[in-house]
Amino acid sequence: MSTDSYLTDGDTLRSWLLTTDHKRIALLYLFTITGFFFIGGSAAALVRYNLITPEGMIHSAETYNRLFTMHGVVMVWFFLVPAVPVSLGNFLVPLMLGARDLAFPRLNLFSWYLFLLGGFIVLFSLLMGGVDTGWTFYTPLSTAYSQGYVVWCVVGIFISGFSSIATGVNFIVSIHRLRAPGMTWFRMPVFLWSLYATSVILVLATPVLAMTLLLLAFEAIFHIGVFDPALGGDPLLFQHLFWFYSHPAVYVMILPGFGIVSEIIPAFSRKELFGYKFVVWCSIAIAVISFLVWGHHMFVAGTSIYSALVFSILSYMVAVPSAIKVFNWLGTMHKGYIRFDAPMLYALGFVGLFTMGGLTGLFVAALGADVHLTQTYFVVAHFHYVMVGGMVSAFFAGLHYWWPKITGRMYPEMWGRAGALTIFIGFHLTFFPQFILGYLGMPRRYHSYSPEFQTLNVLSSAGTLVLAAGYLLPLAYLTWSLFHGEKARDNPWAATGLEWLTHSPPPTENFAETPRVTGKPYDYPPPEQAAIT
Amino acid sequence: MIETVGNHEFQYSDARHQSHTAISGMWLFLASETLFFGALFLAWIYARHWRLEGFDLGARHTDMTLGTVNSVILITSSVIYAAGVLYAEAGNMRRLVQCCYAAMAFGVVFLLLKFGLEWHTDFSHHLFPGADFPIKGAARGGAQLFFVFYFMSTALHGLHMLIGLGLVLWIVVRAKRGEFTREYTTPVTVVGLYWAFVDMVWIVLYPLIYLIGRGA
Repeated sequence: MSTDSYLTDGDTLRSWLLTTDHKRIALLYLFTITGFFFIGGSAAALVRYNLITPEGMIHSAETYNRLFTMHGVVMVWFFLVPAVPVSLGNFLVPLMLGARDLAFPRLNLFSWYLFLLGGFIVLFSLLMGGVDTGWTFYTPLSTAYSQGYVVWCVVGIFISGFSSIATGVNFIVSIHRLRAPGMTWFRMPVFLWSLYATSVILVLATPVLAMTLLLLAFEAIFHIGVFDPALGGDPLLFQHLFWFYSHPAVYVMILPGFGIVSEIIPAFSRKELFGYKFVVWCSIAIAVISFLVWGHHMFVAGTSIYSALVFSILSYMVAVPSAIKVFNWLGTMHKGYIRFDAPMLYALGFVGLFTMGGLTGLFVAALGADVHLTQTYFVVAHFHYVMVGGMVSAFFAGLHYWWPKITGRMYPEMWGRAGALTIFIGFHLTFFPQFILGYLGMPRRYHSYSPEFQTLNVLSSAGTLVLAAGYLLPLAYLTWSLFHGEKARDNPWAATGLEWLTHSPPPTENFAETPRVTGKPYDYPPPEQAAIT
Repeated sequence: MIETVGNHEFQYSDARHQSHTAISGMWLFLASETLFFGALFLAWIYARHWRLEGFDLGARHTDMTLGTVNSVILITSSVIYAAGVLYAEAGNMRRLVQCCYAAMAFGVVFLLLKFGLEWHTDFSHHLFPGADFPIKGAARGGAQLFFVFYFMSTALHGLHMLIGLGLVLWIVVRAKRGEFTREYTTPVTVVGLYWAFVDMVWIVLYPLIYLIGRGA
């Protein structure tokens, strides 16, 4: 048994590309999704560049359509859905369980290769000429009229879907079977619970998307009507199947974020997580209800008014557990000894942005309001507040919090705080104007717009610059810290959780001796003692 | 490389722990597969609901005799493999290998009948949707859609069978190398779960293709 860290246990390319160590695979994934994040982000920047003037800065509407499709496809399937589970999740699940690895290490590596293959095929299709359907691939546009490389793109997503399923299976089985002695279900950190709920969605929803895309590809290749009404198909069927995956997928993106924030807020408030069991059950409730709300994407698609009513009510219900969690985080901070280190700033940014994104979700879940707001920039602003504002902030929060554990180095604290603030300000500047634009009736996915919307659009595009600077900052200072950062102690935040019991960075086998768990999680000393220590 | 401790990987406490985990993993994967085929069946039933006449007419152009014979063949293959699992657990690896061969033989006969004979006949009758599609009139669209589902689902099922045959062959190779013992038969069980699942898919497909449309 070596005392070296996992980072120094073999330094050949082969020892990385054929590794089955969950920590190394997490880094392979982290590297890959960072690449996709900046590809998707560049497309977004070009979209905002186009919208500076009402007639469009980019010459052709066709190019514009391909850009926003590229942005959506890359960001949804190659960043947001996998981001936290495959990077932080892969790294932390075994550590938090007190295990030496995931249940199926080879499957874990295989999933990375699938992800890479799917990603390359999608990039290939986008570079060859792209897809102009939007990330939703609505039929018959995608199968009968689209000029792009829809089939290639769909094949890439199909393949990467199996990588999601593999990750989900690995997490669920590991959590069931590899908990350390004494780690009962209700002694598990919330991050594990939220990844468990996420994995349930990945395993049960992704195959439905796979079949939907297969039917779509079949229709596009053979010109046979499954979804195309001109050929005898049913376009509503596509929307039902697509959103049966894609709405739960929204919770795949946000649930891991809930988990991260539930770790960080207690650690930086020096208090137990308020209402632990509520937070846990809310994760499960969200995963279950998320399967029953897909119809709210189809209120204006011609579905029956009665089904729309039911979907509207169910969509309100899914907001309840999400709101409970926000109150739990606030309750945790109440009378806590709060420290505003960078992870906490990112986490607080998450709470604020997610709350705004979540509340505006209720606007669009209301039948009457949705008729006015659907297909406008209001919807764009709403889901960017949840996914980019919420989810990406949570991802950065987690990345900073566990950075010392992952790399053995501290990030520069002042730069970290500056990054958190820049992202928060840049985000609001970019997306808040879009709420107003949408409310005033500016439709989404158009290359040009009426001149009266220009001021707000210019504001939004200016915000993109701030936001881009905010995302480039962590890339720069985190990379810098790899070489010049202060050496990290094993538990720099004095946090609870088994991952802090081992070295920073951990050895290949994670723990020299399997840890035993004797108490509940988040066992922070009462505030009066915390003040002394 | 995965570090191993004795006869199990280092994240498990013992070999039994590891083998039970492998079985849980396969069950979970099959749950995922169920949703995969579930989406197809749902789309099929939904489409049939709106185009009843065409779907029923399409179903009457299928070969029920062949379909029924194939169902029996496939279930027989599964029963034989299940017997092989029992032999393996009793420590009789020679019988396990024989059962694998027999199960594979039945599987190959299924594939030959399905794709060599039935699909061949279907294609020669132009039942693959296209300009020469034989069913005319108002029911044409529905019947074409029926055959879209027919070809797609049988192709996907066939693909799963090919994977299954590969897995059974892998069991044969490992059994011949003497890797299985009375105490260690996990891969045999895991492959058995998959092979039985492929059966279950067919058990839903069989009535969807051959029976429901002939009901009225």
